[in-house]
Amino acid sequence: MGGHLNINHLLFLGHGALWTIGLSLIALIGGGIAGFVIALARVSPLRSVRLLSAAYVQLIQGTPLLVILFLGYFGLAAIGLKMSPLAAAGASLTLYVSAYLGEIWRGSIQSVPKPQWEAAEGLALSRTQRMLKVILPQAIRIATPPTVGFMVQIIKNTSLASVVGFVELMRSGQIVNNSLFEPFIVYAIIAAVYFAMCYPLSLFSQKLERRMGRGRVNNLAPA
Amino acid sequence: MQQTASSTPIVSLRDVQKSFGSLKVLDGVSFAVERGEVLAIIGRSGSGKSTALRCIDRFEKVDGGEIVVCGRRVDLPDIDLRALRQDVGIVFQSYNLFPHLTIEQNITLAPCSVKRMGLSEAKALARKVLAQVGLEEKIHAYPEQLSGGQQQRAAIARSLAMQPKVMLFDEVTSALDPELTGEVLKVIEQLAADGMTMVMVTHEMGFARSIADRIVFMHRGKVHETGPASILTAPTTPELVQFVGTGNLKS
Repeated sequence: MGGHLNINHLLFLGHGALWTIGLSLIALIGGGIAGFVIALARVSPLRSVRLLSAAYVQLIQGTPLLVILFLGYFGLAAIGLKMSPLAAAGASLTLYVSAYLGEIWRGSIQSVPKPQWEAAEGLALSRTQRMLKVILPQAIRIATPPTVGFMVQIIKNTSLASVVGFVELMRSGQIVNNSLFEPFIVYAIIAAVYFAMCYPLSLFSQKLERRMGRGRVNNLAPA
Repeated sequence: MQQTASSTPIVSLRDVQKSFGSLKVLDGVSFAVERGEVLAIIGRSGSGKSTALRCIDRFEKVDGGEIVVCGRRVDLPDIDLRALRQDVGIVFQSYNLFPHLTIEQNITLAPCSVKRMGLSEAKALARKVLAQVGLEEKIHAYPEQLSGGQQQRAAIARSLAMQPKVMLFDEVTSALDPELTGEVLKVIEQLAADGMTMVMVTHEMGFARSIADRIVFMHRGKVHETGPASILTAPTTPELVQFVGTGNLKS
């Protein structure tokens, strides 16, 4: 046991880092698709659909991601539904991300000024046409900075998948440390790699936000 | 209320009631608009004039009374809203152009989506309605690149492109400074001269007097006084005397 940090350890960590990116993408795509449906459901004209989607969001947002992961991996296995660590982590993160993106996007849809809806209605556009051609294109502009910002949370939260034995960056760090007993060096490296992944996204999100602020269109009724 | 009794009116309201919570905004409003007629609704803020206008296009649901627009009962729950809104054009105080679309796209959107018009035909139509409001050169601009007056004229063009049978104007110059107000009023004047049926809520008394065939003066949710434009110079009720007397009637 013991020894020094060598290229094989670093390669192993690099492999873990790739899985962190992979799991983040799975969470983003799965959670994005589900979140889009949630966002539309949250502004549905049907009260029951609105209530149901609101309840889903409250339920997921009120549950720690760690608990969702345990339920998905250990809980479901105990009642006979065994999933691989990747499937359990992917599904749990998808649930988690969909609730948050759904809320971010609901807010974006609702922050398109009400008169835009009315103008589209006044032109006899159907509800679907209003949504697709008038509201969503504007909502996407509003939603982009907070969505990119939330991607940082997704990347960091994939580290929790290590607890169900999924070998992403964090778990690979634990494994390397178990053979080296150099926790400070190993976890400092892990922290640096997470930072290297998250910081560019944070910067990008801030840049987008500034650009939005500048290009804001004056389309509201004067006070 | 006096009316030219010949044809059925394009818009008619009968005893319309509307409350927001405990606040009664429309308390038995009745008026009618004949084909080709220009009706101006005037009154203080809070008199219910904008609400009355919005009821015509069913942006507000009424609590009671009857509204008929182009032969359709607008007050009934089974109204075909999309058919109604193809017949009725509405222009708002805050223009409400779609900021992510060019002026041309703003105009072609509804004819292409609602009437299934071909794109080249819709583009030709866009040029035609923009010429009507004197904005041909802004066809490829985005709304934010236009002045308020130009945006409002573009919004009128967008509405015209649907070839409505009646146009509603909801305080369309209230957000504009006097200089820009003039260019928008000129466009509306031309529409009136071309025979468009129009209902407008306005604070421009001089304009109302010069363009409107009939004036409806609303006060506390009721039609308080109505008649030809001359009632603005010779009002009979004390409320209208006071209203036009407060420096509103500049020409």
